[in-house]
Amino acid sequence: MGELINIFIKSAFIENLALSYFLGMCSYLAVSKTVKTAFGLGLAVIFVLAITMPINWAINTYLLGEGGLFGTDLTFLRLILFIAVIASMVQLVEMVVEKYSPSLYNSLGIFLPLITVNCAILGGSLFMVSKEYGFAESVSFGLGGGFGWFLAIIAIAAIREKIRYSDVPAPLRGLGMAFLLTGLMGLAFMSLMGIDLAAFN
Amino acid sequence: MAEAAVAKNQGMTFGKNERKLLVDPLSTNNPITVQVLGICSALAVTTGMKNSLVMAIAVVFVTMFSSLITSALRNSIPKQVRMIVQLVIIATLVTIVELTLKAVSYDSYKQLSVFIGLIITNCIVMGRLEAFAMGNDPYRSTLDGIGNGIGYGIILMAVAFVRELFGKGELFGYKIIGSSSEYAVNTAADGSWMGWYQPNNLMILFPAAMFVIAVMIWIHRAWKPQLVDVS
Repeated sequence: MGELINIFIKSAFIENLALSYFLGMCSYLAVSKTVKTAFGLGLAVIFVLAITMPINWAINTYLLGEGGLFGTDLTFLRLILFIAVIASMVQLVEMVVEKYSPSLYNSLGIFLPLITVNCAILGGSLFMVSKEYGFAESVSFGLGGGFGWFLAIIAIAAIREKIRYSDVPAPLRGLGMAFLLTGLMGLAFMSLMGIDLAAFN
Repeated sequence: MAEAAVAKNQGMTFGKNERKLLVDPLSTNNPITVQVLGICSALAVTTGMKNSLVMAIAVVFVTMFSSLITSALRNSIPKQVRMIVQLVIIATLVTIVELTLKAVSYDSYKQLSVFIGLIITNCIVMGRLEAFAMGNDPYRSTLDGIGNGIGYGIILMAVAFVRELFGKGELFGYKIIGSSSEYAVNTAADGSWMGWYQPNNLMILFPAAMFVIAVMIWIHRAWKPQLVDVS
């Protein structure tokens, strides 16, 4: 259990997908103008990461690996299968949410399709493969990574809401400022590298 | 606007409009500094010129062929499943790139690791397919793909130039500034070669890429005021 909490803390704070690997930057910069929309997208990312990660783990282990169903090394199909899983999971999640929770659907609605091409999702799955995680670990990694991304986008959206009232040089307004802020937040998050993970064991 | 003008003039000519397709993405419509596409991979691989060059070539290859293939198939792709079809085309091309790189240069493959795979979700590729290749003929789509790939590559190389030069004092792995023991010919008696420079480790860290791109956007928009964000 301590191991899983470790992975959660590590993926949420120390190896934050958005602020130390800069994954999912396109939607991160485009949807972080207000906290409300950032909240919706952040939730959707947690949701999809936590679902796709275990599925991709199962596919990678039981279908593509040497010891898998076909008995041969099919890892060259990994990219195509992963992206297909992500695209279809996003579609499925969209349909389920629409049926059972229309209010959540209305708040997430437009962001769900965007998530297919959010590199944090595919990047998460690829990191999971390269770090050789097991099933429980990949669930924990998915939740932690999603939570870290959620924190990052909420934080930048809040800062961008405030910075609108500042006197920024015209060429730096909007996009330029968002880049500078993300860089500064990245520096701030680097201080979290000092967390002592052994304390959770 | 350019899209509409191009649609009227079909055929394999290379005139003003075709040149615009190729040149526009290099500056006034640059995918990174203006359209804000494909940032993710731009930041992670720019610690060295060599990795950036490999990445740029890979992206040009993928944008070019995915635009060509999608545009050739555009009339037979049903609207509802077009995203999946595009993703499969892109994923196939990226797999080709990944396997080729693994065979040709295993070192770069190891260093770029997951970021080659992430070309799939690089928004430049998908964005150009949606915005251009789905509505134009294969010849012009290919030009558009090449233009955007190169526009992306230029920014990548520029960021990598600044980061590698000031972060390690090297370019393409060769020592340019800072003390070095490798170049005995140019070295002074105390072993220093332009030893006044101390590499700035901040430039190697991830946040430095953000600062470098922010400064680039600043310069670019100060030079072309029509691009300034009014909101």
